[in-house]
Amino acid sequence: MQKLLLLGDEAIAQAGIDAGMSGIYAYPGTPSTEITEYVQSSREAKEIGIRSNWSANEKTAMESALGMSYAGKRAMVCMKHVGLNVAADGFINASITGTNGGLLVVAADDPSMHSSQNEQDSRFYGKFSMIPILEPNNQQEAYDMVHYGFDLSEKMKVPVLLRITTRLAHSRSGVFPKQKKEQNGLKLPEDLRQFVLLPVIARKQYKRLLSHQPEFVRLSENSDFNKYFDGEDKSTGIIACGIAYNYLLENYEGKNIPYPVLKIGQYPSPLKDVERIYDECEQILILEDGYPILEELIKGLLNKGKRIRGRLDGSLPRDGELNPNLVGKALGRKFESRHAAPDFLRPRPPKLCKGCSHNDSFLALNEALSEYSRGRVFSDIGCYTLSALEPLEAINSCVDMGASITMAIGAAEAGLVPAIAAIGDSTFTHSGITGLLDAVNNNSPITVLILDNSTVGMTGGQKSSALGRIEQICKGIGVEEEHIKVLKPLPKQHDENVSVIKQELNYNGVSVIIPRRECIQTLNKRMRAKHKAKVADIR
Amino acid sequence: MKKDIILAGVGGQGILSIAATIGTAALDAGMHLKQAEVHGMSQRGGEVQSHLRISEDEIASDLIPEGKADIIIAVEPMESLRYLSMLTHEGWLITNTTPFSNIPDYPDLDRIVEKIKSIQNHVAVDADAMAKAVKAPKSANIAVLGASAPHLGLEIGKLENAIRKIFATKGEVVVQQNIDAFRAGLKASREYKS
Ligand SMILES: Cc1ncc(C[n+]2csc(CCOP(=O)(O)OP(=O)(O)O)c2C)c(N)n1
Ligand code: SF4
Repeated sequence: MQKLLLLGDEAIAQAGIDAGMSGIYAYPGTPSTEITEYVQSSREAKEIGIRSNWSANEKTAMESALGMSYAGKRAMVCMKHVGLNVAADGFINASITGTNGGLLVVAADDPSMHSSQNEQDSRFYGKFSMIPILEPNNQQEAYDMVHYGFDLSEKMKVPVLLRITTRLAHSRSGVFPKQKKEQNGLKLPEDLRQFVLLPVIARKQYKRLLSHQPEFVRLSENSDFNKYFDGEDKSTGIIACGIAYNYLLENYEGKNIPYPVLKIGQYPSPLKDVERIYDECEQILILEDGYPILEELIKGLLNKGKRIRGRLDGSLPRDGELNPNLVGKALGRKFESRHAAPDFLRPRPPKLCKGCSHNDSFLALNEALSEYSRGRVFSDIGCYTLSALEPLEAINSCVDMGASITMAIGAAEAGLVPAIAAIGDSTFTHSGITGLLDAVNNNSPITVLILDNSTVGMTGGQKSSALGRIEQICKGIGVEEEHIKVLKPLPKQHDENVSVIKQELNYNGVSVIIPRRECIQTLNKRMRAKHKAKVADIR
Repeated sequence: MKKDIILAGVGGQGILSIAATIGTAALDAGMHLKQAEVHGMSQRGGEVQSHLRISEDEIASDLIPEGKADIIIAVEPMESLRYLSMLTHEGWLITNTTPFSNIPDYPDLDRIVEKIKSIQNHVAVDADAMAKAVKAPKSANIAVLGASAPHLGLEIGKLENAIRKIFATKGEVVVQQNIDAFRAGLKASREYKS
């Protein structure tokens, strides 16, 4: 078969298509977005009817995929690491219900926080829900693990977690595809109470999950993704997880590594191999591109055994992404560079695009707020978060998706009146709606700006799930019609916008202001597509 | 043959098109390839870099180790210096000299150019002007690619074929503009005296 040149994300998507997946469910989030986008633009996926529309958030995605698994078909759910927090309830409980059709959960972690609020390690979630975890070291393994993961999920009747990191997600390399598989037919679970987690059933199901644990370890011990390479020099044994293995190899440039090496790509950890390397070597160096999970486990609370080196003892930095140099230094290598970047260089922080509607919205808000003390704007996650920086310096929080409205409620109840929430249209439908309902039920004195640029700007312009229906949703929740105001965020409307915002700040209840103007990038993309279609017509 | 290449620029300057072109030419030559791209937040007017590795042998890491890059190809002069510690002792620094000044404290251009010229193996060309001169104002990135071409270890013909492939969907006019920009960069590089 012909080798394909694919991003890690694309390799996972293509593998899903080839492995008989019937649906992919996701909410966008860097670095996972390209998995779903690949399926959405794949002609092959369209022809064989793989569903791939965006979900409103990661929780709805997770549960829809579980429903597809219930019905006997293979489903994939994709999200960025923090998305797993949102999906956690469904995710953890799916390990108790178990699955029917194969269910693969893909979580893309972001060590070094290239575009995230934290660098949490999704392997913790896999361990927490006691299911098998797969962690590829390259694009080919990512591809192969999707096939293996679906098979494993169907064999053991549990969800399987595939954990990748930004580096793999966004790096391109050659991949050999496998034989294609047909999709499963519709087939309900044999026990129609399997998914009913009443305590009496849940207890039984939980015991089933517990009883599988030794088998999961045995599967890891026999897995092709875990490999033991013996070495002459037993002064150190190296355990390398996922992509960290590549950085180890890089330091030997194709030459033999003198130490015993255990490469891990499947968890729970292969106990026999871990025991062997620990027993045979004087000390252990553990390489994990994420939290020091394995390191902590092997070290134990009391740390009375052999010397364990890694992120916890300073051999490697405690935070951030690994790279070949950091791993080399842990191995005692010295690096010298003749060249050094001069000190007069300046950083180039990301900025709102020129002409972005958010800029006009915040200029108006800043002016409307000028008569109040500072520090009362709770915001959220999206392009508009950049308004925290100079020159706008307009917002005072960005925590997790949806937290703007709810934090404003709490702050207003503490006496900060008026409190303002600024949230994007996609973030609003992701997890802002329930918060707005709370505000209405409390009659909280807050002003909510729903910054409607009619797209998911931050992640590259995906379709926003309540396009054109924001006012209706607010009305439906119970926001009074006369306190729902739509603005056009343009420089020439500035004075008018300021006066509307001022007016609503004075209202002692819930107001919603919707500045609406399409994202420049999405608009340009749409115009280019239109132009192309026109040219094609003329031809 | 093995080349480790750092691509640098500002979001939107087209470093991924340079990567795609070199990558396509390398695959055509039967080589292995790894390319770490930048997506997401870093694209909005911020600095961007990509690690591109091509080799006749298998490649382990997606990231190039510090001090091991054979070439830095930059579409912007200040960005050409940002990753200088990645460059090997005898490495080549190939850069555009037209600044992209979207920050209030952009350093003095003369200092930047002086630093670039202090690197023994460098090619500094005004790619924006060259692209304009061949009526391909949007192809400054490909002009820089042309300037790097003598140092990539790939056949010029294979690189030109790759350009044709990469830009094919944009129509014949765009393909020709990019070929012209590439040739202008290549010529300037061959005639370059440091
Ligand atoms: C739980 C979670 N899921 C996904 C993301 C990634 N993400 C960050 S902002 C954003 C969407 C922003 O869209 P919108 O609110 O419409 O604002 P815009 O970027 O368009 O201004 C997404 C998907 C995240 N940070 N957290
Ligand atoms: S991508 Fe759209 S929403 Fe984001 S900064 Fe640019 S114009 Fe604004």
